[in-house]
Amino acid sequence: MAHITSKPKQRGALRQQPFDSSAEKPQFPGASAEFIDHLEFIQPNVISGIPVYRVMDRQGQIINPSEDPKLSKEMVLNFYQKMTLLNTMDRILYESQRQGRISFYMTNYGEEGTHIGSAAALEPTDLVFGQYREAGVLMYRGFPLDLFMAQCYANADDLGKGRQMPVHYGCKDLNFVTISSPLATQLPQAAGAAYAVKRENSNRVVVCYFGEGAASEGDAHAGFNFSATLECPLIFFCRNNGYAISTPTNEQYRGDGIAARGPGYGLMSIRVDGNDVFAVYNATKEARRRAVAENQPFLIEAMTYRIGHHSTSDDSSAYRSVDEVNYWDKQDHPISRLRHYMTARDWWGEDEEKAWRKQSRKLVMEAFERAERRLKPNPELLFTDVYDEMIPPIAKQRDAMWRHIQQYKEHYPLDLYEK
Amino acid sequence: LLLILIASISRATNPPLTFTGTEIEEQVFIADTHCMNVSAGPTQKMNLFQSVTSALDNTLAGDPTAVIFGEDVAFGGVFRCTVGLRDKYGKDRVFNTPLCEQGIVGFGIGAAAAGATAIAEIQFADYIYPAFDQIVNEAAKYRYRSGNMFDCGKLTIRAPWGCVGHGSIYHSQCPEAFFTHCPGIKIVVPRGPVQAKGLLLSCIADQNPCIFFEPKILYRAAVEQVPTEAYQIPLSQAEVLQEGSDLTLVAWGTQVHVLKEVAAMAQEKLGVSCELIDLRTILPWDTETVCKSVVKTGRLLISHEAPVTGGFAAEISSTVQEECFLNLEAPISRVCGYDTPFPHIFEPFYIPDKWKCFEAVKRMINY
Repeated sequence: MAHITSKPKQRGALRQQPFDSSAEKPQFPGASAEFIDHLEFIQPNVISGIPVYRVMDRQGQIINPSEDPKLSKEMVLNFYQKMTLLNTMDRILYESQRQGRISFYMTNYGEEGTHIGSAAALEPTDLVFGQYREAGVLMYRGFPLDLFMAQCYANADDLGKGRQMPVHYGCKDLNFVTISSPLATQLPQAAGAAYAVKRENSNRVVVCYFGEGAASEGDAHAGFNFSATLECPLIFFCRNNGYAISTPTNEQYRGDGIAARGPGYGLMSIRVDGNDVFAVYNATKEARRRAVAENQPFLIEAMTYRIGHHSTSDDSSAYRSVDEVNYWDKQDHPISRLRHYMTARDWWGEDEEKAWRKQSRKLVMEAFERAERRLKPNPELLFTDVYDEMIPPIAKQRDAMWRHIQQYKEHYPLDLYEK
Repeated sequence: LLLILIASISRATNPPLTFTGTEIEEQVFIADTHCMNVSAGPTQKMNLFQSVTSALDNTLAGDPTAVIFGEDVAFGGVFRCTVGLRDKYGKDRVFNTPLCEQGIVGFGIGAAAAGATAIAEIQFADYIYPAFDQIVNEAAKYRYRSGNMFDCGKLTIRAPWGCVGHGSIYHSQCPEAFFTHCPGIKIVVPRGPVQAKGLLLSCIADQNPCIFFEPKILYRAAVEQVPTEAYQIPLSQAEVLQEGSDLTLVAWGTQVHVLKEVAAMAQEKLGVSCELIDLRTILPWDTETVCKSVVKTGRLLISHEAPVTGGFAAEISSTVQEECFLNLEAPISRVCGYDTPFPHIFEPFYIPDKWKCFEAVKRMINY
């Protein structure tokens, strides 16, 4: 791969020469281009748009050996184990919602490759902004099962102090900014964070995950435009999984997906096979290297498929066929493709698979049981952290609540909460 | 007596602003002479926008992470609040953004969350609404929702605010009420240059996201001797500008000066002694100072330009009647803008001027 010099060249519409009416070139400050003398509309190219970069075929065979990142066996096994552990945790927590043990859950089925491949290409100090379907990034970084569970159960171990719905994870130590429900709000925030990181000269990048649906929000436009004009070391990572709840992509956009918007903003852009963990890894790795070296944003659109429902509140059979879902589950799944790669090298087999399935399930179940038994946080925590310090009106309301609870205590589930 | 003497000297050195257009009553800015000793150092004559520049200058000088951004701030800003700062501190610290308020605030939140002191300018408060989601759903809730792992306390948003004589629907708005319904942010409105600099510096230092509304009509009209060094005026502390025994007047920003005149008129024409309070911080607001005053006087008049329904006077009124019910001698009076968009040619009829306030004082006294 080409080596890029670290000094960024002057970018942007900066005129060096004065306007010259005798010149043949257009003199407009807003664009630098040539004149054209015949009327011609540019046709959007959605049939053969931006190609999809991949390293492995659907059977896990390397297509172009020079693109194989040739990661160590240890690293590849870790990829596989993280993807499958995530999958196991998803199954158990989805089921726990069905049983009324947690209130809500979102699975990551089919998108494990986008999480693990990208997370592996980052440094631990890189700051991550997510949307809600990136639990694998956090898992790769070492977020323990107990803390995933604690957040979903909103128990007293939850780092978020029980304030948000399940899957709204966050972890300061792992540089993963707490998830929020409003979509795409993280895009301009990521641009601002990247700008601050750039000024620190800390050689860090900021990564911002979002779905193809969220990319329709105004905040996405804002994030792209700000990151480009302000020259931010930022990777925008779009998980294009085919659906925004029930809305398919042909009702979400008419252009060539999200990658094609990048050049419109001046962003380096690429489309990758999101179910190919090595393609995701390679693209993220190179984008990271250049984003830091050149202080410019990159857009990676990872094509994938949302195998699960949008959430436990959704039944996707209402808007898509079981056959469609089965195709992706059986014929093009990031976990299977990586397993084929591993088995072809004798790094993995039936025995390892059986043993790992048993062990990963045990790990998840044990964490699950611990989380179930744990009390909820003290209701004092309803009132703290609104501001950095407690303020008088909130203190008054808190005191009033406790007086009320004292008087009507039999109507409140105090036994479930820490004292 | 001393105060009146100082005030009249001040008037002589700082002649009152008058609107052009002879039928329109003059609106006066009365310089701070009463103010508590905010800072002991050297002072310089500054108007409101210069006092803002001074605060920003002090901030950029003392805090290497501080950055200022928004539309047109690089050349100095449409109200000249950032003049000279880019040349002095560099283009990576004072820079233009694309024209996108949701982006400006979102960017500011992210920069603050990553550890930079982020000062965002929204060109007019009237245009803050695209950023409403970022402010209310994100900035205000950042610390709470993350269990205090993350916060954007280093974010300050500044915006020109309030009527200006000809601003009409989209250059005159006072949107503070929309944001007071949002736990997690602070909202501050200064009445003049000395207050502006101290309160802005407090907002910047405060570890919570703050919105600082600057009365645009006072940018040039309000001139005071302002300390050149940095100083802070505490947030969530209302200021009693004038003590009185018969009636409490509460306002913030430009309207404080209107009520100053009303207090003088009440004394002169009605023999009524008014206690005047500048709320200064709208959220979280100083209930103690206001209630203490109403307990003493028994009468409360609140005045703001923003429309009366759902305006912040409603919140003050509701709290005061809860806390001071038995002390009230008359219903609480709100003299505010009408429930219409802010009109252009009808501005003189719209604004809660001194005559409307004076009439309300009369009604309360005679209740």
